[in-house]
Amino acid sequence: MPDSYQTASRGFTLFPRLSGAAISGILIAIFLMAFLILPVAQVLYVAFLDSRTGGFTLQNFQDFFNTSLFRESFVNSLYVSVMSVVFATLIALPLAYITTRFNFAGTAAIQALGIIPLIMPPFVGAVAMSLLFGRNGSVNLLLNQYFGFRIPFMEGLNGVILVQSIHYFPFILINLSASLRNIDRSMEEAAQNLGSHGMRMFRRIVFPLAMPGYLAGAALVFIKVFDDLGTPLLLNVNNMLAPQAYLRITGVGINDPMGYVISFILVVFSIFSLWASFLFMRGKDYATVQKGGGGLSRRDLKPREKWLAWGVILLILALVLSPHLGLLLLAFGTIWSFSPLPDGFTMEHFVTIFTQSSQYVWNTLIYAGSAALIDVLLGTAIAYIVIRTGLPGRKWLDYMATAALAVPGVVLGIGYLRMFHGVQLPFGLGQLSSFWGIIIIALAVRRLPYALRACMAALQQVSLSLEEAAASLGASRTSTIRRIVVPLMTGGILAGFVTSFATAAVELSATIMLVGRASDAPLAYGIYLYMQSPAGRGAGAALGILAVVIVALGTYLSQRIIERERVRQTMSNDQH
Amino acid sequence: MNKTMTISALALIMTSSAAFADTVTVVTSFPRDLTDPFKAAFESAYPDTTLEVVSRNTNAAVSYLQETRSANSIDLMWASAPDAFEVLKEEGLLAAVDVQYEGIPDEIGGYPIHDPDGTYYGFAASGYGIMYNTRYIQANDLPVAEEWEDLKRAEYNGHVAMSAPSRSGTTHLTVETVLQGEGWQEGWATWKWIAGNMNTVTERSFGVPDAVNSGATGFGIVIDFFGLASKASGFPVELAYPSVTAIVPANIGIIENAPNQEGAKQFVEFLLSLEGQEVLLSPAIMRLPVNPDAYANAPEDFPNPFSEEFAPNAIEFDVDVSGERYNLVNSLFDVLITYRLNDLRAAVAAVQQAEAAHAESGNEEALALIAEARALIEAMPVTEEEALNPSLTNVFTSSSADADTEVVGRQSEIEQSWDSFAVQNYRQAKELADQAIALN
Repeated sequence: MPDSYQTASRGFTLFPRLSGAAISGILIAIFLMAFLILPVAQVLYVAFLDSRTGGFTLQNFQDFFNTSLFRESFVNSLYVSVMSVVFATLIALPLAYITTRFNFAGTAAIQALGIIPLIMPPFVGAVAMSLLFGRNGSVNLLLNQYFGFRIPFMEGLNGVILVQSIHYFPFILINLSASLRNIDRSMEEAAQNLGSHGMRMFRRIVFPLAMPGYLAGAALVFIKVFDDLGTPLLLNVNNMLAPQAYLRITGVGINDPMGYVISFILVVFSIFSLWASFLFMRGKDYATVQKGGGGLSRRDLKPREKWLAWGVILLILALVLSPHLGLLLLAFGTIWSFSPLPDGFTMEHFVTIFTQSSQYVWNTLIYAGSAALIDVLLGTAIAYIVIRTGLPGRKWLDYMATAALAVPGVVLGIGYLRMFHGVQLPFGLGQLSSFWGIIIIALAVRRLPYALRACMAALQQVSLSLEEAAASLGASRTSTIRRIVVPLMTGGILAGFVTSFATAAVELSATIMLVGRASDAPLAYGIYLYMQSPAGRGAGAALGILAVVIVALGTYLSQRIIERERVRQTMSNDQH
Repeated sequence: MNKTMTISALALIMTSSAAFADTVTVVTSFPRDLTDPFKAAFESAYPDTTLEVVSRNTNAAVSYLQETRSANSIDLMWASAPDAFEVLKEEGLLAAVDVQYEGIPDEIGGYPIHDPDGTYYGFAASGYGIMYNTRYIQANDLPVAEEWEDLKRAEYNGHVAMSAPSRSGTTHLTVETVLQGEGWQEGWATWKWIAGNMNTVTERSFGVPDAVNSGATGFGIVIDFFGLASKASGFPVELAYPSVTAIVPANIGIIENAPNQEGAKQFVEFLLSLEGQEVLLSPAIMRLPVNPDAYANAPEDFPNPFSEEFAPNAIEFDVDVSGERYNLVNSLFDVLITYRLNDLRAAVAAVQQAEAAHAESGNEEALALIAEARALIEAMPVTEEEALNPSLTNVFTSSSADADTEVVGRQSEIEQSWDSFAVQNYRQAKELADQAIALN
């Protein structure tokens, strides 16, 4: 971005006293303007046009509220989002609590398994779910055969809530765990000294202290579910807002402004709910001074408790990993049709993908890895600017970045084509819009909210007094950030990296518009190619498994790094 | 660092200029199973040319071509839905190129194979049919449905699926075929009774064969190659061709301003040659060649749309009427059926129960209530004349080019009035049918 650097340096000479934070703030604002706001505005402005005369009008918004289908869709979307947050909390809370509160053998593995549901490859996931839980899925076929009844897991809004809460609960799990690890042990000890323990202590002391992380996760789940169009569409539920927008935007040769009106309303509502969650957090201080003490003290479990804990965890994991079990069966199965299990098992699908997959895997790692890196850099910077500086309009950085959640991938894709097509890159790289780098930018913009929420939560738990101490010892602001703030935020930053990376690895809706040629295609695109034909179902699933394994390995490794870091810190702490 | 950058940049320039010299770039919605054999066959016939395949679904392909027209890099558009080609043609995105071919007739099943203006060419034909899962119907003890009429019967309640015509150009043609074959009023009645038996209306056309293959639903209204290819891949499914079916070509067209127009023309001519046509017969593709001679080497049981016994009642498809009301029919189907499927299903189920309850009772009062309920379900907010009147159809068209035409309102206004019409009628129909049941 030579342009933005220029602008910034010009700004620097004009206002010599502009601080580093202000410059980064301006740079980030320019980045978001160029790659999010302007491209999206190029598509969404249609919402304000009279479709016949082309003049400005607000009539379309009046039509929106006059249409009963849209009003019902709004209520349905709201209901599904709230219920998904409730169920996601029920799933995430025990996992997070048990793994951070007790000395538990499989902590890293459970945390890594906990993120796998986020990696749901497009299309295959829905097929796998309906093969297991659908009206004639394995569970219902067996129930019907032995007990003569069926459970409508996947019917209508129920299905959307089930799939969404299984899919997105890791947002809560990851952010809540990071928060729990950061709680000062002395708080807990003080509570114990005053006679509090057990559930009461959890309710009154521990959970409230972990609130930034929980709220960061819950807000993400809420907004994401509200704005998600993929899941309802795959379950053929169209009486919700996001699918209505999608259906009206993507029809061939149709010029219905309502799709853009709905998209606009989705963006506004998402920013509104974010603002509401800020209000809730306002005036509360969650920072704790002591760091490196390893967070909550970890207790050993008594044998009976251990069995109970394992029971709860295995039950939850069985539920949330069932779609991936279905995926596994699909990838290794031959024909699976109207039966509890596939007719036979084979390695054939993996052989099919073997020759073509290395290019996909490599592209995916580069795209998702770079995108996640950009995200944590931007996320940390935005979090610091919003929470620690007094720059005017700083909250708008957060609002802008978070608005990306509500922008359907196709809208962003079309916006990029509209804005960047015809821009020639130097070095013979061709069109900017078909250059693979634009895929990275698109992924980074779409996944930035995930990293941002994690970084915000992490910074909220860092006490300002630590920075003041550093400053009074003569450290410059830069070195305070580098040596004090960022290390203390490590857990949150890693959580952000992992969520961004995992979800970017299976993103399809924006990339499908931007992939210029087959050799630039990521895994999700390969899955899409296979899933267009009956013979490709198994191969698509096999490719999906590959994606899941790669991302899970990445997650496991980063969990191990966090754990090692903690152990190292605790040990060096004890020596003092 | 700088050195590596420069070297790799130079390498990129060299490879890209070498690659673009004789590359034909095609954007397609077809799966690999179809494009790979053609790529192999074409490249062995023309060893100097490479076929670069870019896959996008039809909607994304059309938007891509629209958005990138200022600096087009695509030579060919290759997809099923004729309506997508109509949109591209209308916007001047397709080039009229004089393609040479022989042995291909002008029409198939009453539908013209090539665009009369020569901007796109049909290379394969597809019929519509009813695909069913044999394990499913055996377990549920259902007879095979062979005609559209069969799917209206009460025994199929909850066992049928199709995709929305607004999402799939080929489904649209099936809907339109029935409307033209049975007439506006009766045709819509047929669709409503069939839809009352559906358990889902899918958003992707491939969602239907997926649901039938996995046994989520018993019967699916699909384009034939989905059924044929699923069967060829080993799924326990069969395909029945109803006697009223639409035979539609899948198409290829050369893009205006194509970087390699000569190569693009070569590929189209290869597709239409006998050699290219025979590639269609391979088991993973299973599409019907448009050259009758290609059937000489077809496997046994391969359907031949040029034969006497194939779909004897195929109608004379009126392309103009279909084009005129294209978006209006899609919108009507979405508002009356897709978005109100639950209301429609409840009403249809109630009528079916009432009819079963009074099949032999001869209770006149109940029969009158049932007849009234049926009429409410079948009622349409728009007559055939209105549906062809530009002042209504233009509400739904994409171009505001003919802004002179007076229109009767905005799309969302009209859809809202249809929606309340449908919701109210379906609810009343259900109440009447419930009253009839209670009369026992």
